[in-house]
Amino acid sequence: MPSMNMIQAVRSGLDVMLERDQSVCVFGEDVGYFGGVFRATEGLQKKHGKHRVFDTPLAEGGIMGIAIGMGIEGLRPVPEIQFADYIFPAFDQITNELAKLRYRSGGEWTAPVTIRTPCGGGIHGGLFHSQSPEAYFTHTPGLFVVIPSNPYDAKGLLISSIELNDPVIFFEPKRLYRGPFEGDPQNVAPWNDQPGAEVPDGYYKTPLGKAVVVREGSAATVIAWGTMVHVARAAIVESQIDAELIDLRTLLPLDLETIIASVRKTGRCIVVHEATRTSGFGAEVVALVQEHCFWNLETPIRRITGWDTPFPHTLEFEYMPTRQRIADALRKAVDEE
Amino acid sequence: MADSQYRVEDPQGGTRDRMVTRTADGRPTLHIPIAPHRPGDEPRYARFTQQPGDLERPDPLANFDLLHDHAHGLVRVLDDDGNAIGPWDPKLGATVLRDGLEWMLTTRHFDRRQMKMQRQGRLSFCLECKGEEAIGVAAGMVYAPEDLLFPSYRMQGIFLVRGMPMVQMMCHCIGNRGDISKGRQMPVHYGWKQGNLVSISSPVGTQFPQAVGAAMAMAYRHESRVAAAWLGDGTSSQGDFHHGLNFASVYLPPVVLQVVNNQWAISTHRNIATGGKTFSARAESYGIPGIRVDGNDFLAVYAVTAWAAERARHNGGPTLIELLTYRSGAHSTSDDPSRYRPDDESRLWPGGDPIARLARHLKNLDEWSDEQQENLENRLEKEVAMTYKQAETYGTFASGPFDPPETLFDDVYERLPHHLEEQRDEIRILGKN
Ligand SMILES: Cc1ncc(C[n+]2csc(CCOP(=O)(O)OP(=O)(O)O)c2C)c(N)n1
Ligand SMILES: [Mg+2]
Repeated sequence: MPSMNMIQAVRSGLDVMLERDQSVCVFGEDVGYFGGVFRATEGLQKKHGKHRVFDTPLAEGGIMGIAIGMGIEGLRPVPEIQFADYIFPAFDQITNELAKLRYRSGGEWTAPVTIRTPCGGGIHGGLFHSQSPEAYFTHTPGLFVVIPSNPYDAKGLLISSIELNDPVIFFEPKRLYRGPFEGDPQNVAPWNDQPGAEVPDGYYKTPLGKAVVVREGSAATVIAWGTMVHVARAAIVESQIDAELIDLRTLLPLDLETIIASVRKTGRCIVVHEATRTSGFGAEVVALVQEHCFWNLETPIRRITGWDTPFPHTLEFEYMPTRQRIADALRKAVDEE
Repeated sequence: MADSQYRVEDPQGGTRDRMVTRTADGRPTLHIPIAPHRPGDEPRYARFTQQPGDLERPDPLANFDLLHDHAHGLVRVLDDDGNAIGPWDPKLGATVLRDGLEWMLTTRHFDRRQMKMQRQGRLSFCLECKGEEAIGVAAGMVYAPEDLLFPSYRMQGIFLVRGMPMVQMMCHCIGNRGDISKGRQMPVHYGWKQGNLVSISSPVGTQFPQAVGAAMAMAYRHESRVAAAWLGDGTSSQGDFHHGLNFASVYLPPVVLQVVNNQWAISTHRNIATGGKTFSARAESYGIPGIRVDGNDFLAVYAVTAWAAERARHNGGPTLIELLTYRSGAHSTSDDPSRYRPDDESRLWPGGDPIARLARHLKNLDEWSDEQQENLENRLEKEVAMTYKQAETYGTFASGPFDPPETLFDDVYERLPHHLEEQRDEIRILGKN
């Protein structure tokens, strides 16, 4: 099986779907001729034609509006929003239109749009090239919210998303494009030979709505998604605590079963995410764990998250959850009675 | 039936084919616009058909419909030989012209140094305005200190001209302790309240309607001030561009709105930004004047900006200006234009280089020489290099010092709310471990 980084895996997923299904089309800012600022669509226009993979004007609201229209007409549009930070001009189209179309029409109308967008920090992007806005969308019924943490899942989840008849926001943690970031920007191994970098060339699906246990353990449950899966794994190793690590992969709808089974086993739970804390998706996870596992919990559930500030530039690695903070929280969760 | 219903005159010369094609058996296809040149193509730029002196300079308080030709044509002052011609010649004295030249050269040396520092890993990111220096510099010289400006990220010159110390601009890009924005923004997102230059935001176009609102506030308080904003050809596709124009047309506040049409938005040619003719022509449908100007002609940019600022200041309302130029450099240090446009496109741009053109004009007037230019450039190169060294005394990008982590929480609100106080305490304890 070929080894791919996350960009190559995303590209391969798009390629496979463009090949299989004539109704799939891919578009966005700099996506066509150039192949996207992160190169995710490189070569696809040349291979599939300029009406299948094309450049759009610089207007996210417009991109999303046409995507919905194309979806209503039976196409399967896969628009790219260049950075998740720039999804907000499309917010109305996504949350009021795309997410509610099926419901408001009594199920008559739908638009199977898959919105791809790079998210997250760690690339010196400052306030507006680093955000993790997933919680705005998990707060919106009607959407699927997906976020892979490795190349294999990225391709499999992307194909599942494109084939889904409901709209999906597909976040791509850009810090992971070239290699699994474990918290140290100076030291990121390339994807080759890492788990999750073996990616089949052809068609396969990774199920939506299913979390995965990345590491089994008995002392505590750590729940993470995106870049934080790798930081959390490194923190677990560092702490030498036998924690179980769950990669949610799909935030909405959430795989509660996997979470409950783990917390019932370990009795301790930590949620890690990059986005700001207040009203972050971690709050939802904590509430659900409390509702379902209250009698199994030995210590309070903890959240390790980005601070409640905009995303900074020079202090970004102080802003993002660190191995140290996660390891500290783990120790507390285990030591406390 | 003819194949093409949309063949339009390209104001840059030639026709711009917007052919709507059909399948072999005559059914429609989806039209996808293309860029005129891509790598491997021979760039074909006609010379400007419009000449200096072609267009009248109406009174700044003239009715907007007198500007029809200005929205579709091109205001030029300098001819191909560097002589100033026609009613738009702002008739600036030699000292002002030399100032303009010096500011443009300062801007270019500033950019050059910063780009070099980025390549050496001493900045995280950088972006230059090479070839577009006339736009920031002329505007910086025209607007009054009390006017409120919302520049785009490709206008370093306007900050320099209005007096922001270069060392502070560099400190901002490094993000060190000399940075006014406290290391929070990516490089090149300058802001300087003292010079009435509003902090630049990355989401493009957002500041167009904000400038309109600022101008409404000025009119509301009966002040003779002006607000101005700039955005790019690509950005003119955003809803905010239209919000800005529409609100300006409704309330007629003292605002000057500028589109810097440098042909490219990263890899996206302006043909893909709009199917319309000129950017300035859009003003007409909003009932406000639109003027298109050669953005590499310092005198023309100066004159048109001054016209619009005067109109606004004397209660004549808004103007939309299109500055026709070419982005000579890469979009940014993250970009590689050789992947999407021919290498020599910049050299063939009919507008030439703004610095060379103004220098030639000054030489024609016997007010400038090659020797003077060489001396000036040598001096600037040294000064700029020294200023960068000075900036690094406030901290380097590689090793700081930066503000301590607890400063993350400053400026989120005016007063730190309870939950942020707790988080700040948490980060303090972390620092001690
Ligand atoms: C809302 C938003 N979407 C996307 C981007 C990413 N982006 C930054 S600059 C740019 C191109 C802008 O082109 P143009 O407006 O022509 O200005 P130029 O860079 O040519 O000066 C893009 C797509 C952004 N900053 N903001
Ligand atoms: Mg541009």
